[in-house]
Amino acid sequence: MNAYDRIAIGDIHVFGSHAFTAEDIKRFALKYDPQHFHIDEVAAKKSYLGGLCASGWHTASVMMGLLVRYFDAREAEARAAGEPVLVSGPSPGFDDLRWPNPVFAGDVVTFTARIVGKRKSKSRPGWGLLSMTTTGVKQTGETVFVVTTHAFVETGEAPRREGPPQAGAP
Amino acid sequence: MPKRYYEDFAAGQIFELPDVAVSREDIIEFAREFDPQIFHLQEETPITEFGGGLIASGWQVCSLFMRLLDDGLLLNSSCAGSPGVEHLKWQHAVRPGDRLTGRTTVVETTGWRDPRVGLVRFHHEVFNQHRERAMMMDNAILFERRNLL
Repeated sequence: MNAYDRIAIGDIHVFGSHAFTAEDIKRFALKYDPQHFHIDEVAAKKSYLGGLCASGWHTASVMMGLLVRYFDAREAEARAAGEPVLVSGPSPGFDDLRWPNPVFAGDVVTFTARIVGKRKSKSRPGWGLLSMTTTGVKQTGETVFVVTTHAFVETGEAPRREGPPQAGAP
Repeated sequence: MPKRYYEDFAAGQIFELPDVAVSREDIIEFAREFDPQIFHLQEETPITEFGGGLIASGWQVCSLFMRLLDDGLLLNSSCAGSPGVEHLKWQHAVRPGDRLTGRTTVVETTGWRDPRVGLVRFHHEVFNQHRERAMMMDNAILFERRNLL
């Protein structure tokens, strides 16, 4: 069975946890989302959100960092064991992203994914579209993040297109 | 321009957002921390049928768009956060040297379970310097009501 065939709906992947510090929250927000509740503790206390909290895109980006490192580690394990490795491509997007509760400074969020969809692409022979629902839960048990992402992965059914191994080679 | 509250939004309004240049260094810096896949870290990548070369992480495009939305609309508003994004599509790769801009359209304004705020549904679009659409999303944002005080 190749790597694509081994994927089952319902498979669970625990990406890991991340502690959001006030410093990290402000650093991300000063660059990408400088709203007062992401950069100023005093103003944040008086805001609707009630305290300094991470930009939703910071939470999403942290999730992606953990996801990539998790699947890199699984890939290394598969190679070491002589098992087939899944080749992944780009993502066309996501659906149903929710930020149900704020991530405050000091919160620790654990991200866990569940495979929810797997289908062969009609427009891209040899590729499948894998869908995964990832949830972020903080130490209080409150859910702070949910998203269903989609990504192209090779099915192993079509020959890879021949091409130079490196882009930009002379 | 006076600060915008929930009551100031109406379906059909269009806001043109500022623009931002995307550098090779920005792309790689973001990717090292948040999306360390080869095609976000270096120019030399395997070529697949999806193309090759250095491209920005989709999550960075979201984050860059957020800054445009802040600078063009939200920093001068009663924004109270967002419950989420219904749909998002990454439609065109963002590469070093691209200049991104955005446009957002108000789809609907509606109440929220907390009467202090109202929900505004937006359709956001991000374009590159060739007016190719790099990303679009449907996103709802909460705004405090003017009569809050």
